[in-house]
Amino acid sequence: MGKLERLAVNDEGFIFDPETGNSYTVNKTGLFIIKFLKEGKSEEEIVKALSEKFDVSEEDARRDLVDFMEQLRLYGLLEGENV
Amino acid sequence: MKEVYEKPVILKLKTGMMNKFGSSPAYARKVRKDIDGVPVEELIEEFGSPLFVFSEKKLRQKFREVKNAFTLRYPNVEFSWSYKTNYLDAICAVLHQEGETAEVVSEFEYEKARRLGVPGNQIIYNGPYKPYDSLVTAVKERARINIDHFEEIADLEKVADELGVKPRVGIRLNMDTGIHPQWSRFGFNLESGQALDAVKRIASGGKLELVGLHCHIGTFILDPHAYEVEVKKMVDFAYTVEDQFGFKIEYLDIGGGFPSKNRLKGIYLPPEVAVPSVDEFAERVCSALLSSLRPGDYPKLILESGRAIVDEAGYLITTVHAAKRLPSGLKAYVLDAGVNILFTAFWYKFNIEIDREVHGTSEPCVLYGPLCMNIDVVDDLTYLPPLPRGTRLILSPVGAYNVTQWMQFIRYRPAVALIGENGEVDLIREAEDLTDIVRREKLPERLKLEW
Ligand SMILES: Cc1ncc(COP(=O)(O)O)c(C=O)c1O
Repeated sequence: MGKLERLAVNDEGFIFDPETGNSYTVNKTGLFIIKFLKEGKSEEEIVKALSEKFDVSEEDARRDLVDFMEQLRLYGLLEGENV
Repeated sequence: MKEVYEKPVILKLKTGMMNKFGSSPAYARKVRKDIDGVPVEELIEEFGSPLFVFSEKKLRQKFREVKNAFTLRYPNVEFSWSYKTNYLDAICAVLHQEGETAEVVSEFEYEKARRLGVPGNQIIYNGPYKPYDSLVTAVKERARINIDHFEEIADLEKVADELGVKPRVGIRLNMDTGIHPQWSRFGFNLESGQALDAVKRIASGGKLELVGLHCHIGTFILDPHAYEVEVKKMVDFAYTVEDQFGFKIEYLDIGGGFPSKNRLKGIYLPPEVAVPSVDEFAERVCSALLSSLRPGDYPKLILESGRAIVDEAGYLITTVHAAKRLPSGLKAYVLDAGVNILFTAFWYKFNIEIDREVHGTSEPCVLYGPLCMNIDVVDDLTYLPPLPRGTRLILSPVGAYNVTQWMQFIRYRPAVALIGENGEVDLIREAEDLTDIVRREKLPERLKLEW
């Protein structure tokens, strides 16, 4: 099972990693992205979904998604398959 | 209807960090859309970014506050504007209109004050390096000169001979007031007896009239008690001089050094708590004066307050050029203003305001300037919500020492605007361009390139 799949995520944006015991908080957009990542969606699909649901251009969404994935990687929450 | 977008953010919760993040509301940062009623965006549209903006209202207000604190407590006070703190013509003119004389520390500052119309006798000339010719001019124009060292006594005696006059001079003292580091490199030391030697030297020369004492104990002094010590020592010394040498000390110039509401790095209390009010300083100074002066003797008290008057009147508007993530995980922003124009960023942590509401949780970040130099850090750790490119940040207080110590380094220096009391906006210094920089360069003929 991949890293992201095992994370416990609630609707308020609290995230618990049962393997390390670490917890995190994400904002609404972060939560939206994590849910899609857990479902194995591609970056392009996520960018499209973001720009459809939120008031943001695809260009901005793509840039922010890259930064957000960087953050996940730094916390060790992303593995090869998601990169 | 689409939902409001926030940049996605994830924060790790750590024990001990919970409160910091937990309690920081999404919009923890102050939003500032205007300066004295003039929209930030309008200012940038007109003059470009980055932009220094001064508030005339705030400047006059602050000066009057400081002035009233002293004039209420002592009958004979003069304020002399410390040019080095900010010598933009418009800023000096406002303060001269308010009644300040000019305190200068070089021939350049002297010339700038004269050019602005300040009469020589309204100038106080301080500093460790006063070129001989500038002393001649200053004596001719009856400026008040505070002597820094024995060499300068000799220089002035020579000027006296040359002009056939007896210049009226002061001497600068340095002393222990409990402030560290002690500024002992300027003037004559009091405790060691050097200051008294200087007086002896002046008296035995017979060519100069000693009429004043000067001292400046340091800058951003947070302890009002230090001024009490300074004043008492100066009064004691003045009477020693008067009694032993027959000079009359007409002025006691206690220098500047009062703090502004800025946050010195390493001091974690907010300035509202850490910085004593100007009334506290005035109370200490004036009660020390009144309790140590002889009855009926009211020598002129001169104040050369710089940063306390102008710092809070100055803002810098800067624009977020890029956001990046450092290998450490820290968020970083590249701004269009750096230490080239914000010299005081080395010592102070500015108040940061954002020109718009930005949705999203604040996260730790570092603010870099535009220079391709590692030292170019405006703030090494602050908390900001995710800022989109183009966001303007308003940094303050930056009115003291920045528009004098700024460097033309890598980038051009930006424009400076002044907002008048009725909301009128004036450009008081144009943004530089290439002509400003190459005007004094000369390329030898043999090096002219032919591409
Ligand atoms: C002689 C003298 N007077 C006045 C000042 C102004 O100091 P401040 O801005 O701390 O009030 C300075 C600053 O260094 C100074 O050297």
